[in-house]
Order: sequence, then C-alpha cells, then structure tokens
Amino acid sequence: MNGVHDMGGMHGLGPIALEADEPLFHKPWEARALALVLAAGAWRRWNIDASRHWRESIPGPDYLHMSYYEKWITALAEQLVETGLVTRDELETGTPEPGSAKAVPPLTAGQVPAVLASGGPTSRETGRAPLFSVGDRIRTRNINPTGHTRLPRYARNHVGVITHAHGAHVFPDTNAHGLGEQPQPLYQVCFEARELWGEAVGRSAVYLDLWEDYLDRA
Amino acid sequence: MALKVKALESLLVEKGLVDPAALDAIIDTYEHKVGPRNGAHVVARAWSDGAYRARLLADATAAIAELGYGGRQGEHMVAVENTPQVHNLVVCTLCSCYPWSVLGLPPVWYKSSPYRSRAVIDPRGVMTEFGLAVGDEVEVRVWDSTAEIRYLVIPRRPAGTEGWSEEALAGLVSRDSMIGVALARAPESPA
Repeated sequence: MNGVHDMGGMHGLGPIALEADEPLFHKPWEARALALVLAAGAWRRWNIDASRHWRESIPGPDYLHMSYYEKWITALAEQLVETGLVTRDELETGTPEPGSAKAVPPLTAGQVPAVLASGGPTSRETGRAPLFSVGDRIRTRNINPTGHTRLPRYARNHVGVITHAHGAHVFPDTNAHGLGEQPQPLYQVCFEARELWGEAVGRSAVYLDLWEDYLDRA
Repeated sequence: MALKVKALESLLVEKGLVDPAALDAIIDTYEHKVGPRNGAHVVARAWSDGAYRARLLADATAAIAELGYGGRQGEHMVAVENTPQVHNLVVCTLCSCYPWSVLGLPPVWYKSSPYRSRAVIDPRGVMTEFGLAVGDEVEVRVWDSTAEIRYLVIPRRPAGTEGWSEEALAGLVSRDSMIGVALARAPESPA
C-alpha cells in the first residue's frame, strides 16, 4: 500500500533527533509493549508480515506522530480482536467476558530463551528455478498494490543489477494476507543513486532485497 | 500509553493468553543478554582473525553463530565491510528492521521518520548530522532492509591498534559504527 510508512526518499520530516546515552526503554510500558507483542505472537494467529501490515495500516496522520512502541501496541490490540483472541468488549472493558474459559499461554518463561534464539527463518526450499542471476540487469515493476508489499515506491520502475541471489524466501505480499507463504527467489539488487534520484552528490548506491515477482529483465 | 498497556497486559494475563513471567524473560533478554556487545565481539574477531573475517563475509549467519549469536531478527545475516573506497550505511525505510541478534533493539532515531526517509536519498547529509563526513571519493552503499536479510557493518579497524586483544578492540566498536553512522573509536578517544 502507498502509505506514509513507505517514506524512503521523502524530505521535510525533520532533523534526526540524537540522544546521548539513550536508554533501551524510555518508559517501563515500552518494555511491556515489546514483550506483549512477542508473547502474543506465540499464538501463531498471525505472522511477521501480517504484523507489519497492521502497523502500516494505522492511519497516516496517527502513524507519523506515534512512537514505535505506540504503533506496536495499537496494532496488537487490533490483531487480538481481528483474530478472535480477545473480543472488542473485552478490549474496551479490560476484563474477560463472564464465563469465558481461561487459556494456557503457549509461551512460558522457560521457553523464551530457545524461542528467541531460534527466531523465524524465512528461507524455504522450492523447486522453482531462479529467473535471474548475479550480474543481470532488471527493471522493477511499477506496482501499486493496496495490500502489503516490500517494494518501496522510490524503487519502482527503476533499473538495477542483481548482486546476490538469496535463494527462496517467504513472499510477504501473500503471507501478510493469509494467502500462504508462496516462497520465491529473493535477490539483492543494486541501484545507482543517479538512477533513483537523478543527480546524486558523490558516488552512492542503494541496495534492496527484492522478490522475483517485483522484477522484469531490463 | 502506560495505562493502556497495563490494561492490555492485565486482560491478556487474566485470559491466560500470556504468561507474565514470559514477559519478564523477554525483557531480561534484551536488557541483559542481546545487545551491541554481541556485534562488537563479531567485529573484533573479524579484525583479529583473517580466516574468521573471510567466513563472516562469505556467510555471516554461520560465522555469527560460531560466536553463539543468532535467532530473532538475525536469522539471515549479511556483513558488509567498510574500506578506504566503500562506506556502508543500514536503514529500513518501510518499518524499522534491524539486526537484533547482534545489535539488540534499535535506537529511537533509527526508527524515526527523518532517518528512514532521508538515509536513501541523502546518505551523506544524514551522516553529517551524526558528525560523520564521508568524502566524495568514497562510494556510499546504503542497505535498505526490505526483506528478512539483516545487515551488519564491519567498520574499519582504527590505526594504532596493532597487537590489541580482541576484548580491547571490541571496546572501540560502537553500535553506531555497526549501523554506519559512525566510525570505530580511535584508541585515544574516550569510550
């Protein structure tokens, strides 16, 4: 979706606010928000691509003024309701529906180290042969889906060169929407700054990791 | 927000959806176990051991796992090395992807709109805001983390550190130098 989250290449969003000796969390609730998101994810009612899509679906004006953990907790509340783990009433009242059964959490403290240490690899074995090889020139497609995509606007309809083939990875554009992992070849693609931005100051290039369905041979 | 998060946590605990001890364990992990010291260890090893450096550049996920680091938001790692000719800078324009397994949780500026928007279009200007001037003769490579591949910058080893121990070298490797907005500290500068 062409949301404000897709902000690469924009000007005017202000100076970068640096903070000396920045704490890991600025308020205790930020730590709880992080932990709630990770622990609720253990129910496997959604995947990381769906979570990202929920966050980027926060209305643009709100998205721009919310902090990172505000976005996380705002999206989490919606995810819980939409996937049926919590009802809208429960969310609003803060108490379980009378008579509702108490669940058993899928993630215990003892399991946390192993779960965080294994993570969620997205590489998959597929029978699909890659269409492109290192050194190939490609042009990114000019797609404008209303759903989730990882092809940023600034890199659409531009010519780049494949610099590495990562093998097949889960395709976020389908995985975010319950349409399956549909793994396909993922490539590292180099775009010269001049190609993306016109006149560039000094020599520079931008590298993106892009799925095969985003690319055509140039 | 504090009240909203507290209310949500209470509800989820009461419904048996999350275990409060698991929440504490997650927070403890990122407060005490996973952070930029991991990445500094990797960089210091690469500076000290040529064979390790070669393995890191060839397959960063495996080389980082040799030192015991991996997992969430570090499942697929790529290491990019700064040289006199090339300077690397990492960003995630679409959200805030970051190599948690080696750098821990990202700082606020990395997740902020100003950094995410401008790092790709004006990397030299962005680095100047961090006090880092990269000459026009140096090629700047910006890595936009659009997939699940996470990038670790290997900064240049500072001059005057010949013969230093790996541990002492790691003390020169700041988080920011592994994102690309700073250089490794010079030996004489305060840590």
